[in-house]
Amino acid sequence: MAREDYEVVIGLEVHAELSTKSKIFCSCSTEFGGDPNTHCCPICMAMPGTLPVLNEKVVEYAVKAGLATNCEISRNSKNDRKNYFYPDLPKAYQISQYDMPLCENGYVEIETENGPKKIRLLRIHIEEDAGKLNHDPYRGGSLVDLNRAGVPLIETVSMPDISSSAEAEAYLRKLKSIFEYIEVSDCKMQEGSLRADVNVSIRKKGETKLGTRTEMKNMNSFKSIVRAIEYEINRQVEVLDNGGVVSQESLRWDDALGKTFSMRDKEDAQDYRYFPDPDLVAIRLSDEYIEEIRRNLPELPESRRKRYIEEFKLPEYDAKMITASKYLSNMFEKAVEICNNPKSVSNWIMSDIARILNEKELEPSEIPFTAEELGELVVLIDKGTISSAIAKKVLDELFVNPKSPQKIVEEKGWVQISDEGAIKEVVLKVLENNQQSVADYKAGKDKALGFLVGQAMKETKGKANPQMLNKMFLDELKK
Amino acid sequence: MSIVDLTVHELVEKLEKKELTITEINKAYAERIKEKEPEVGAFISDLSEDALEEAKKIEEKVSNGEIKNENHLAGIPIAIKDNMCVKGTRTTCASKMLENFVAPYDATVIEKLKAENLTFLGKVNMDEFAMGASTEYSALQKTKNPWNLNCVPGGSSGGSAAVVASKMAPWALGSDTGGSIRQPASFCGIVGLKPTYGLVSRYGLVAFASSLDQIGPMTRDVRDNAMLLNLIVGHDEHDSTSIKTEKKDYTKALVNDVKGLKIGLPKEYFGEGINEEVKASIDKVIEKYKELGAEVEECSLDIAEYALATYYIIACAEASSNLGRFDGIRYGYRTKNFKTLKDIYRNSRTEGFGDEVKRRIILGTYVLSSGYYDAYYKKAQQVRTLVRQEFNKAFEKYDLILTPTSPTTAFEIGTKSNNPLEMYLADICTVSINIAGVPAISVPCGTSSKGLPIGFQLIGKHFDEETIYRAAYTYEQNTDFKGLEG
Repeated sequence: MAREDYEVVIGLEVHAELSTKSKIFCSCSTEFGGDPNTHCCPICMAMPGTLPVLNEKVVEYAVKAGLATNCEISRNSKNDRKNYFYPDLPKAYQISQYDMPLCENGYVEIETENGPKKIRLLRIHIEEDAGKLNHDPYRGGSLVDLNRAGVPLIETVSMPDISSSAEAEAYLRKLKSIFEYIEVSDCKMQEGSLRADVNVSIRKKGETKLGTRTEMKNMNSFKSIVRAIEYEINRQVEVLDNGGVVSQESLRWDDALGKTFSMRDKEDAQDYRYFPDPDLVAIRLSDEYIEEIRRNLPELPESRRKRYIEEFKLPEYDAKMITASKYLSNMFEKAVEICNNPKSVSNWIMSDIARILNEKELEPSEIPFTAEELGELVVLIDKGTISSAIAKKVLDELFVNPKSPQKIVEEKGWVQISDEGAIKEVVLKVLENNQQSVADYKAGKDKALGFLVGQAMKETKGKANPQMLNKMFLDELKK
Repeated sequence: MSIVDLTVHELVEKLEKKELTITEINKAYAERIKEKEPEVGAFISDLSEDALEEAKKIEEKVSNGEIKNENHLAGIPIAIKDNMCVKGTRTTCASKMLENFVAPYDATVIEKLKAENLTFLGKVNMDEFAMGASTEYSALQKTKNPWNLNCVPGGSSGGSAAVVASKMAPWALGSDTGGSIRQPASFCGIVGLKPTYGLVSRYGLVAFASSLDQIGPMTRDVRDNAMLLNLIVGHDEHDSTSIKTEKKDYTKALVNDVKGLKIGLPKEYFGEGINEEVKASIDKVIEKYKELGAEVEECSLDIAEYALATYYIIACAEASSNLGRFDGIRYGYRTKNFKTLKDIYRNSRTEGFGDEVKRRIILGTYVLSSGYYDAYYKKAQQVRTLVRQEFNKAFEKYDLILTPTSPTTAFEIGTKSNNPLEMYLADICTVSINIAGVPAISVPCGTSSKGLPIGFQLIGKHFDEETIYRAAYTYEQNTDFKGLEG
């Protein structure tokens, strides 16, 4: 059977590190990086006799995330221990939530080729991150770094409502954008602060029973998630088509080889022996507490998107792209405040800035220049100080050596030539040197005009005012 | 009478009157330890020389006013059970696993004692990870009952009881998960209190069973007990299960009067298995209380027969998880015999833990396993709720409940250590108190024909240590139990 004969069912478990200042059960810093084992204390190193105390901010952030994803918030919740041995888990149990998560039954809406679709959320719960194992380059073996141990996480578990790799990507992007908006996580995937376990199964179309799923653990880039899902679908189709059965297992995605590998180890058939953590007390939330958080929830991407379409008259697509990132969206709004030209700012973001980010593989938050500088760039264009050709050069410069665009233009001598005499001089010179093009134009080849304007731009190193240039060529050619 | 014969409140009195100095006290104890320790074997870390040095400094600071010393306790020495972290000293839990573990921080109770400038005579023996009732399960050394060196001191706080009874320390801290303060107190003829769960911070107490563990005072008399409790109680931001209560002075409860106090005698604790001499001794206590004007009557706590089973399920389940961190990775014992990560785990734990600890880890792992959780752990939690309710119901009628502390007096070394079930039965009178979370004290009330101490237990309402102290004090004032002489 072909792949089209199968239906794909995908569910995601997304781990987001919360951006609280301190860890979930002690007062150590959550800051990323730092020399190994410098952000830890007896508590997160699980020294004998230490006890956890729940950081209330973690509960607040998780409730925020729950409210922003339409979840019901549990008034009564608790922490449970998940027991297993691994060197990055100093207590030999992870404090998580088992049967009474903080948030349940939510949904987020994504755009698909068939229109909007709701992806239901089973739950969001709080838990602690584990440490990290680093390879010892000198003596071999592994070294344990516990800086990350105890960094708070929320795990968002979707229902198996996702039907393609594109939907999986859209869902993850949506979740990322929501968490960024409500400022509960910085969602830096390259630093591992947003990562997903991806469950994939397939079944024959029309079948109501779910197929056996496989789980790909700890995926932390959109590209590899999409590739891994595609690979896994094809692999499962092949297995079934050859009369085999898909076995339920955990897989490791190897990005370099573009393949999944089984992580199966029979002795690892885990029984986590969950039980309520006796060191922590029940989490009881009042209606007032939840309502207070709801009232203070920041504007979400959905509402901004609508506002951009109505208020700024942006095309639906542009509004969606810009609001997908809170950072870009904030940049857009600030730049518009300065130049009062939303259409132009949007165009710059959608075309040149997006292209450069893509080329340099940067996240929007890594844009080196400020929103004010972007606004000023648009002001310079609108005032006619520079042409849009020059503006592109200024933008390139902003990515390399960010400073005020006005200064860049002055220092580089890129101010647009709008002096009629000077332009006329260039026009006459170009006409003189390009007799053939003049003849072509007069013979009805309109394209020749473009060529002439181009030549004049070359002559002025792009500084000539293009409207004036155009007009003057037409005037001269009519003579 | 020598210095080491004095109770702490007597020492304080003499310090106030300048009849004694801090250095003299600490010197007397350092000498006493040199004399007695070889036969008792209670100290895992003998710090008495350090304590003496510290005492000299404290004495100077007190005399020049650097230490205010409002409670006149500066320089009073204490011994600590070796499962509480004292910064810079070994905290072994009497296990090979932690034999060389040096605590990098102070337990909250230790911070509190340091704030009063007490000196630390040393860290004392216990059953490995507090699992046992005789201190025979210590992996490091044997401790003997000072009353009879062929007998066990009880456990798990056997070292704490033995040093107080043998006058190698004026008082000590123990910990009690199912009777570990009260039963050794009873075996060694001293006073031991398990406070209400949540009254004393557990931060820095190496966890055995988190929902049951409590630190408590072990002393020569009831007044010292109240004084030591005063020092260690209070909410701790490092322990979520410690409760915010208003500050009390427990010595104010020491009133020589039990008139009108209602005391219940649950018949289930006086039945089969209780040694006749113990029973006779408790009967005298009952008579004494009646004579002093208390209303004493028989009652029933029939859920009690399930308490022991419930206790061993919950305690072992929590222990199996709490002891996971001893994996040979970050601190503690690591096997030399490994090729893989699994070897490190398996061999470190196999070689580092003793049999009793392994027994409980296996039992605890089993009751939490999927498929068994509901039948054991969950059921045990339900029974726990019932036990608590039954105690609450009894306390609607009675101010206190009185029982023997242990069904027997101290038994001979080696007679039970190979029979875990019989050892578990030594906790029969004490475990239900931890299950219910209520406070209870063991007070000495006589000796057996073989000259071994007997203790009775008074159980109070949640956070009502005062009524316990009042009744214990009244009994003590009106009887003449003598501690170990010589």
